[in-house]
Amino acid sequence: MATQEIALPAVREPSASLMERLHGLVITVDHKKLGLMYIGTALGFLVVAGLMAVGIRLQLAVPVNKLLEPDVFNRFFTMHGTSMVFLVGMPIIAGLGNYLVPLMIGTRDMAFPRLNAFGYWMFLFGGLLLYFSYLGAPGLAGHGSAPDVGWFAYAPLTARAFSRGTSTDYWILSLLLTSVGSTVSAINVIATTIALRCPGMKLMRMPLLVWLMLVTNFMILLALPGLSGAQIMLLIDRYPGGHFFDTQAGGSAVIWQHFFWIFGHPEVYILMIPAFACLSEIIPVFSRKPIFGYPIMVGATAMIGLISVSVWAHHMFSVGMTSVGNTFFAISTFLVAIPTGIKIFNWLGTMYGGRIRFELPMLFCIAFLFQFLIAGLTGVMLAVVPFNWQLTDSYFVVAHFHYTLVGAFLFGIFAGFYYWYPKAVGRFLDPRLGLWHFWLFVIGFHLTFDTLHFAGFLGMPRRIFTYDAGRGWDTLNFIATVGALCQATAILVLAINIVRSAKKGRLAGNDPWDAWTLEWSTNSPPPDYNFATMPTVRSRRPLWDLKHPEDPDWKYE
Amino acid sequence: MSETEAKENDSMINEAYLSIAPETTEWKLPSARKVAIICLVLTETGLFSIFVAGYVFYIGKSLTGPTPRQVLDLPVLATIFLLSSSVTIVLAERAFNRDRVGLFKFFWFATIVLAGLFLTMTAVEWRKLIYHDGLTISTNLFGTTFYSLVGLHATHVVVGMCLLLLVFVFSLGGFVTIMHRERLQMISWYWHFVDAVWIVVFTVVYVIGR
Repeated sequence: MATQEIALPAVREPSASLMERLHGLVITVDHKKLGLMYIGTALGFLVVAGLMAVGIRLQLAVPVNKLLEPDVFNRFFTMHGTSMVFLVGMPIIAGLGNYLVPLMIGTRDMAFPRLNAFGYWMFLFGGLLLYFSYLGAPGLAGHGSAPDVGWFAYAPLTARAFSRGTSTDYWILSLLLTSVGSTVSAINVIATTIALRCPGMKLMRMPLLVWLMLVTNFMILLALPGLSGAQIMLLIDRYPGGHFFDTQAGGSAVIWQHFFWIFGHPEVYILMIPAFACLSEIIPVFSRKPIFGYPIMVGATAMIGLISVSVWAHHMFSVGMTSVGNTFFAISTFLVAIPTGIKIFNWLGTMYGGRIRFELPMLFCIAFLFQFLIAGLTGVMLAVVPFNWQLTDSYFVVAHFHYTLVGAFLFGIFAGFYYWYPKAVGRFLDPRLGLWHFWLFVIGFHLTFDTLHFAGFLGMPRRIFTYDAGRGWDTLNFIATVGALCQATAILVLAINIVRSAKKGRLAGNDPWDAWTLEWSTNSPPPDYNFATMPTVRSRRPLWDLKHPEDPDWKYE
Repeated sequence: MSETEAKENDSMINEAYLSIAPETTEWKLPSARKVAIICLVLTETGLFSIFVAGYVFYIGKSLTGPTPRQVLDLPVLATIFLLSSSVTIVLAERAFNRDRVGLFKFFWFATIVLAGLFLTMTAVEWRKLIYHDGLTISTNLFGTTFYSLVGLHATHVVVGMCLLLLVFVFSLGGFVTIMHRERLQMISWYWHFVDAVWIVVFTVVYVIGR
């Protein structure tokens, strides 16, 4: 059988020069290329924003450090936060959705390929515009530099009187551009999922990743306008002289916070759900069991989506809302713990009694489970209003949300990288370098963010550029910086691995993990047309049905 | 998995689809365009909600005049123009579906004219507010929120008018054929959305806000 392989060779021009290949990237409308471009660009921004984090940590390593000037420090934490959310998290989601959704639902491209390319270029130029502020703001306007108002840009810090020059305008305009990109990409993924499924792929037969991407993209549609609207208002305040957030004319600075967090809190789940999606695909395959409680997982995801739009003001307990408001937002925040808890139990239920293979994707998933649990627990702690009053704006909060965004989101995405890299490139990521990446990152992560919880308990506030010796924060901060360097090394190992394995990695074949979803039924990397014959499915695990015709899933579903 | 095993696995899967017996039920999915336009309307609704929320929150909070009661008149005529354009676009679509090209062009053009009249009325209103009543976007909170919300809606009318004009110019050249039926329908859905938003804006700004 092995000799008469009818694999369709991927269309490749080995003689293509660099310019031709670049030109190919610029004109492409192929969902797989665009998906990889999204992810590649996001990794580029991850490195830049990660280096800023290293700069921040080095500055804070010892008391009264003079490494970074205070204003440089402010720009660093603003650019770090903004980049990580809008230029790393969002495009990685768009990239995964672009690459995987058409393959998983058995179609040949997205519903609107040109719109897809448009979304990518909006994101890329939005990102470049944000970083151009370093040159453009002082060079063209003669004032200011990169944005320095925090990624949430609270009013009235952003008013013209307090934010001179154009740095805040760069923040507004670049994010408006990337938001347009995210919106069209979300519309595209939803339309593809609903309108282009292969025959037999009913909604309740879709792989969980597709379901979760669907929910995430709906949340993008509902949440992003909150930010865009507020940013347009801010522009109106800054240029034609409006008064939306101008307290001297009767405006309210608090309403900016409401508008921002109406976007900002769903955003957290927009980022988290794709990580959940990766886990929901990877854990079953490496436990050799179908996912436990598929319909419950779908329902829990939808519930997270619904509840997450009613929790935003738990970011604002300290601005002085009524006790009714505080109670409402505390309770709704507690409620989110229910569907997320259901998810954790379902993943555990999938692993329970399975034949677990401890390959790299699975290792990242297991680390995710532990870290996400802790992140969730500190989240519930912060939802307790009096506790929040004590610890808000302290390093405890910093540690909490980095636990979710690094310890959970990034670990889930890394699991996805190790899992789908063989599909996208045709070769495995090197497992030895992968293990180095995993352990360096786990150790570095815990060194940094476990200790920062305690710095927060001891009263260390966020966003300070330095501190006096002898307040009990010195050792903790030093350990955190060592951890940050560990994590940076881990990312370097990952980068080397990605580049090296593309040429030298072990050949993967079409279905290296013995998995069950449609993307593994085509070549690695998939040809431009994805599938030579359009697939037909009869169950949630079409490849299981193929490999086990004597005992197919569709008999039981 | 060893290399040979992997290869066997591959070839088995490559030949695969034949071996799955297709289900007999028919496979029908909604049109991607319709899903996309509904999504667009959803996210636009979010954008308008933020501006409406801002408007409602700031009603009566201006520290200086003029107030809405002093300067705003009910834009009855403009409203009639815009809402009737929703009717003419439906008539245009109906004529198009019955292959009556002349009638289609007439009603489509009527839609554009009505939209243009609406925008003209808005321009007249703004001119009066700015030059006669001295209300600009920077005068007070009312000015800021009023021009933002009404301006956001007017922007959507302008975008819709561009789409309508594009179709009209193409139809004059005879390029609009039956295969564009769904595209025209999408433009008309967007247009209905813009009209529906006007009803909300009208209620909030000219009825509740006054």
